[in-house]
Amino acid sequence: MNSLIIIGLGVIMIAAAIFTIYQKSIVSAIISAGVISLLASVIYLILGSPDVAMTEASIGSALTTVVFLYALNRMRKEKKDDK
Amino acid sequence: MVSLIYQISAGLIILSLLLTLFRLFKGPTVADRIVALDAMTIISISLIVLIAHIAQRIIYLDVAIVYGLVSFIGVVAFARYLERGL
Amino acid sequence: MEMIFALITLIGALFLFLGALGLVRMPDVYNRMQAGTKATTLGTILFSLGIGLANFGSGWCGKIVIIILFVIATNPVSSNVIARAAHFSGIKLAKLSLKDELKEDDEKTEGGTL
Repeated sequence: MNSLIIIGLGVIMIAAAIFTIYQKSIVSAIISAGVISLLASVIYLILGSPDVAMTEASIGSALTTVVFLYALNRMRKEKKDDK
Repeated sequence: MVSLIYQISAGLIILSLLLTLFRLFKGPTVADRIVALDAMTIISISLIVLIAHIAQRIIYLDVAIVYGLVSFIGVVAFARYLERGL
Repeated sequence: MEMIFALITLIGALFLFLGALGLVRMPDVYNRMQAGTKATTLGTILFSLGIGLANFGSGWCGKIVIIILFVIATNPVSSNVIARAAHFSGIKLAKLSLKDELKEDDEKTEGGTL
């Protein structure tokens, strides 16, 4: 049963990764990158390491997203200032 | 019989993750994708609780608590970016 | 007795599936937000309750109650934040919808509802 769950989550992760590459809008790419790290931490949990899963969830899914959005916001502001 | 019911629940959860992934791909606006991410996080919390029950280890539930906080932070950051900038 | 708790878990999984189905079928961001948040909140509560009752005692119940409280507290707030951001970033309602009260309030107070 565990291996079936891992296969399902892996298919979803691969689909989200391909979507991240071919997406034009940057915000949508950030969202689907968040989905990848979210499901990766569930797979770490199934493989039996809750500490790695906790770190992956808090860093890959929250901190990376917020840092990406902060950088994107700074870029948008600078572009507005140039005009 | 009981384990069969848990297997059916796991199958339903994987199916609903696939449906939310469809909305994440198709969603015409960015707000649709944020809604799909939020729903996906909530569904993953249930999956983690189910895995903790199958493996019979209490420590796995801590990851679910972390998920509950992390999803809130991520969604609020996205919404503030969408509204006026972080 | 174990059977009843497993059935509670199954009902929760069914609610999660219905929420995901509503996320696919609804016509609008706001309707999708309703389906994707309310149904999944109830589904998570029932699911965790079933599993928490199935191994009653020995430290499971406290953590399950904490998870349920977090979900109850954070999920409606995040859905509200998404709906506000979508409305003020200018996403239109579906053609089926009849009334937009937030827009009327915004015009009445000249943008003061922000």
